[in-house]
Amino acid sequence: MATATTHDHSHDPAHDDHGHGGWTRYFTTTNHKDIGTMYLWFSFFMFFVGGGMALMIRAELFQPGLQIVQPEIFNSLTTVHALIMIFGAVMPAFVGFANWLIPMQIGAADMAFPRMNNWSFWLMIPASILLFASFFVPGGAAASGWTLYPPLVTQGGIGVDMTILAIHILGASSIMGSINIITTLLNMRAPGMTLMKMPMFCWTWLITAYLLIATMPVLAGAITMLLTDRHFGTSFFNAAGGGDPTMFMHIFWFFGHPEVYILILPAFGIVSQIIPAFARKPLFGYASMVYATASIAMLSFIVWGHHMFTVGMPAAGQLFFMYATMLIAVPTGVKIFNWIATMWRGSMTFETPMLFCIGFLCMFTLGGFSGLVLSIVPVDITLHNTYYVVAHFHYVLFPGAIWGLMAGVYFWLPKFTGRMYNETLGKWHFWLSAISFNITFFPQHFLGLAGMPRRIPDYALQFAEWNMVSSIGAFILGFSQLLFLWNVVSCIRSGAKAKDKQWEAAESLEWTHLPSPAPYHSFETAPVLK
Amino acid sequence: MKIKMTFLANLLRTQWNRIVAGLMLLSAANANSVWAGYDVNIAPPATPISAQIYGLHMYILGFCAVIFVAVFAVMFYSIYKFRKSAGAKPDVNFHESTLIEIIWTIIPFVILLFMAIPATKTVLDMKDTSNPDITVKVTGYQWGWKYDYNADDFGFYSNLSTPWSQIGQPDMRATEPKEPDYLLEVDHPMVVPVGKRVRVLITSNDVIHGWYVPQLGINQYGIPGFIKDVWFRADKIGIFKGQCSQICGKLHGYMPITVEVKSEADYAKWVEDSKGKWGAKPLSAAAPGSVLAEDVNKKFSMAEAKTSGEKIFGANCAACHQLDGKGMPPAFPPLSGSKVVQGQADTQIAVLLNGRPGTAMRSFAQLPDSDIAAVITYTRNAWANNTGKVVQPSDIRAARKS
Repeated sequence: MATATTHDHSHDPAHDDHGHGGWTRYFTTTNHKDIGTMYLWFSFFMFFVGGGMALMIRAELFQPGLQIVQPEIFNSLTTVHALIMIFGAVMPAFVGFANWLIPMQIGAADMAFPRMNNWSFWLMIPASILLFASFFVPGGAAASGWTLYPPLVTQGGIGVDMTILAIHILGASSIMGSINIITTLLNMRAPGMTLMKMPMFCWTWLITAYLLIATMPVLAGAITMLLTDRHFGTSFFNAAGGGDPTMFMHIFWFFGHPEVYILILPAFGIVSQIIPAFARKPLFGYASMVYATASIAMLSFIVWGHHMFTVGMPAAGQLFFMYATMLIAVPTGVKIFNWIATMWRGSMTFETPMLFCIGFLCMFTLGGFSGLVLSIVPVDITLHNTYYVVAHFHYVLFPGAIWGLMAGVYFWLPKFTGRMYNETLGKWHFWLSAISFNITFFPQHFLGLAGMPRRIPDYALQFAEWNMVSSIGAFILGFSQLLFLWNVVSCIRSGAKAKDKQWEAAESLEWTHLPSPAPYHSFETAPVLK
Repeated sequence: MKIKMTFLANLLRTQWNRIVAGLMLLSAANANSVWAGYDVNIAPPATPISAQIYGLHMYILGFCAVIFVAVFAVMFYSIYKFRKSAGAKPDVNFHESTLIEIIWTIIPFVILLFMAIPATKTVLDMKDTSNPDITVKVTGYQWGWKYDYNADDFGFYSNLSTPWSQIGQPDMRATEPKEPDYLLEVDHPMVVPVGKRVRVLITSNDVIHGWYVPQLGINQYGIPGFIKDVWFRADKIGIFKGQCSQICGKLHGYMPITVEVKSEADYAKWVEDSKGKWGAKPLSAAAPGSVLAEDVNKKFSMAEAKTSGEKIFGANCAACHQLDGKGMPPAFPPLSGSKVVQGQADTQIAVLLNGRPGTAMRSFAQLPDSDIAAVITYTRNAWANNTGKVVQPSDIRAARKS
């Protein structure tokens, strides 16, 4: 690997000693930047696929009655929309950022296991093909909701088995990615880059990677039990054979709750780097941010029961999970306060990445508040499985996870590509998304409070007005994202030349030590930091 | 996938006025009357528990609103005050304060205590199912409910009564206008007396369902193989509606719940009537989904059996097996060309009477003999099936006895 001793920081990998030119480049690459790029494009594609499914759902819900899809296809759409957005869009996008940024931010030459890195990306392709193909087999795609509760999921056809296999493969991919990230972060930091000097993005990913390693095998266990219940005569979840469907929920949510933090912690990391850059002063309370992130991660293992307040658990169980869930508000609050304190006495400008971060703060906090409302057992019982819950998790996932990602894309595109995006278009993208997101999802709080169950293709007339408003918002929201695609593509093709340090107060190594675009190989000799 | 590609174009043409009206509503919340359909809060509570839930929600929401305004007032103030365009200089040394961190850890914790205490009290009240005045067992089915009043020895099914002609299909517009109770109406509601503690035992016959009646403060999964209990005491006479809350397959959106709270005298009268209709002994013609009066001695002609059978099929079987008999494999197998349907009648009769455990096929033994005979005859002589044989009510009666 290390045959070249001189570097001209060639920007064209085809002429680089280490890069493979030609069409096989992306199949065989072990370069963290190539792999990061593939992850990001893959998740971008999946984001539009999952979004298309969401628009089909919202089109069906535009008015009461059945107009566009049959109920069983509607159920499949809700199921696969969730699986694609979680496993195909948000998680791979974070891994894409991890690949691009972690080596550069800690001053390493590449990830610790470059070949495994390649493998963990390419595993996702067969998995997503399995997931799509399940729509076209007899019985259709899984239609049980992404939570895959038995016994409903055992009624499904071969599409369910394909989904199980796809999740297994995606899980393996995630575990490999996590091992890679942990090993890189713990072993390959440049001299002087102590753990407590790492940029927040690295810290949040370190913690996220541990969450993934702890929970992905649990999910794999749960869906393997589903598979043997379906085909090999076991009765893990079948009461007639001595099993218990509730056990699946416990195992699933033991994975599922840490999973929601897997989907948000790296976004916290991105926001924690962008806000200081545009406030022009260091992140407030760095150490407390690290401890808060770790506390959130630890608490996430003891709150899974709050997804199950309506299974009929004893009062002691409900109270334990309620108190533990409420506690999460404390470290999350600390993070919000620290971000605002970072702005305090700063010198702020409001370019697109900063707008997305401010939007993130407001909307994520709203989602946090509806989470607090839902943690209260009696209130949860009247809102469980209603549109209130749909509104809640979209508030934390869209303006939370996805705006975090979009802020990251706008922030680091100049570093990735050496070119600037169009600022005006970026602002249009932000404002259209912010307004239409709230038109789409705010009314869903009202629908849930009024008692509209989720995952239904048709509804009573009292819910008609807000559903129509929500659908109109959804279409504006969906099509606004095309501006983002256009902005990214035109930035890559014809954006203005970016500066090496595009953002004057960005302090991590990729800005301070590397040119834009970052060379194909960076930090082959580790920088020495004080 | 059946998706109408022309849908959007049609939608724009036919719905333009409503779209415009919707957009106008977004911008101007003017006339109160327009907002009649725009519920924004939990429906009025009807039990002491749901009143507590309503109060708790408002209480927590109040905290959230105050905190939100306070926190973001600070944020927007700093956005305004410390903007570079106004000449703000960054104070780069202001980035660490242990005291501040401790303060804003402790204050939220204390606020949470104020939320946890009243919530705990309500949880304990909800869980106290002791000393019920009456007990009703609720069983979820794909896709309807069964209510058993075991102390009075009767039970009945409760299904959606909104006709499919109001609902429509992707390739077939609804032929009738939607009535006000669209999707929230059932053929036979659950009935309880006012002011009494009602204990509800909830279970399921097939997959997990959710028995959700918001105004009674109940949302409880029915889990196959397990019985969970909840309770309520309705303090006012009236009709309370809900829906299945847990996704349970194709018709999850089509299994509403109606609970009718009656005066004690009316309830007693209802119990007497119900015993006659749904008591353990007689197989009643009023069973849900039935079309024909019970007549064991009836001798069907082929034409007669097929005509009635088609109606019974439409009411009971078509949701899964489809009107064209092709089903939706693999969960719902086709009947057209099926070996069971074309084979020995006894096998098919046994399936209808006993269901197929472990699948979505439940027992239809509640239907009268004449109905079962007619529908079996219909399936054996419809679509690709042509056995040419008529099954008679006496065959069903004989199978029930054996």
